[in-house]
Amino acid sequence: MDFTEDQIHRYSRHIILPEVGGKGQEKIMNAKVFIVGAGGLGCPVGYYLTAAGVGTLKIIDNDKVELSNLQRQIAHSTDRIGMPKVDSVKKTFEALNPDVNVIALNQKITKENIFDLIGDCDVVVDGSDNFPTRYLVNDACVMAGKPLVSGAILRFEGQVTTIVPKLGHCYRCLFEEMPPAGLVPSCQEAGVLGALPGIVGGLQAMEVLKYILDKGDLLTNSMIIFEAMKARFRKVKVPKNPDCPVCGNNPTITELQDYDAEHCRLNF
Amino acid sequence: MNEVTPDKKIDIRGLVCPYTFVRSKLAIEGMEIGQVLEVLLDYEDASINIPKSMQDHGQSVLKVDKINDKEWILLIRKEKD
Ligand SMILES: [Zn+2]
Repeated sequence: MDFTEDQIHRYSRHIILPEVGGKGQEKIMNAKVFIVGAGGLGCPVGYYLTAAGVGTLKIIDNDKVELSNLQRQIAHSTDRIGMPKVDSVKKTFEALNPDVNVIALNQKITKENIFDLIGDCDVVVDGSDNFPTRYLVNDACVMAGKPLVSGAILRFEGQVTTIVPKLGHCYRCLFEEMPPAGLVPSCQEAGVLGALPGIVGGLQAMEVLKYILDKGDLLTNSMIIFEAMKARFRKVKVPKNPDCPVCGNNPTITELQDYDAEHCRLNF
Repeated sequence: MNEVTPDKKIDIRGLVCPYTFVRSKLAIEGMEIGQVLEVLLDYEDASINIPKSMQDHGQSVLKVDKINDKEWILLIRKEKD
C-alpha cells in the first residue's frame, strides 16, 4: 500500500472505516468496472465510482448530449450539448479525480463486441435505457460469468438487483422474455422525475463498491424497488429459476441472440 | 512493569484529525498481529480519539503517555486485521 499524500487525504473517509481501510481502498484502486450507458444511471454510478477511486472505468454509449438529458443526467452540462456522452462524462470524471483511468467508448454495444468489452472487467453495471441492451448485457454476463449490477428507472419507480452468475438469479429468471416493443414505453416516452436516477444509480454504485470490497450483503437473491411517490423502499426476494432459458439447468439460450430484431418482431 | 518494545514507530506531530488516525491505521494495517506500534503526536484530541478508535477497531491500547507539555506517545498492539 503506497498512497501518495494526496490519496491519503482524498480517501481518508474510506481508510478510517473498519470495513474499508487502506487494504479496501487498494482493492477499489485496482478494480476495473464497465458501465453500459452514460445517461441517467451511468452518470451517477460513474460519478460516485470515480470519487471512490476505482482504478479503471470503461463506459460505453453512442448517444450525444441533448438539452433534454440535463434534467437528470448529472455528469453532462449545458455547454456540452452535441458532444458524445462518453466524452462528456470523461471530462467530468477526470476533473473530479485524475487518478481514475476513464476509457470512453463512443459506440454501440453489440453481440459482436460485448464479450471483448466485459472480458477484462471485474464488474459490469447496466445503466441502459432499453430492453434489447438489457437482455444482451444479462445474457452475455451470465455466459461469461461476470457479476452485473442492474438498474432500471421509469417515471417514479426504480429497481436495482445484482446478478452474480451461478450464485443467484439473472434478469431472465425474473422476466424471461423481452416485453413487446410497443407495450413498454422507453424512458424518453414515459418521463422520469429528476432525482430518481440519482437514487437508483447511487444504489448501483454502492453494490459495486461492496462487491469490490467483498463486504456486506449484495442483492444477489433480492431486488430493491424504490417508489418515489410513496417514499418507499421494498426489498423483494428473487429466486433463481431452474427453468431460466439462460442460467437454468437446461438453458435454451446458449449463444447471444439478435436482440434488436427480437424486440421489433415482438412489436406485432 | 516490563517495557514493551515497539515494532514500528511513527511520528505524526503536526497532523490533525482525522489524518492522525488515518496514518495510525495505515501503519497498523501494514503490521503483523501481535506487533506493537508507537505513535508520537502533538494534537491533543488525537491522544483521546486514536486510542478510542483503535479499540473500536479491535486493537489493544497498551499505553497513553503525555511526555511533555504538548506531546504524547501511544503504544498500540495489533490484535486483528
Ligand atoms: Zn436466469
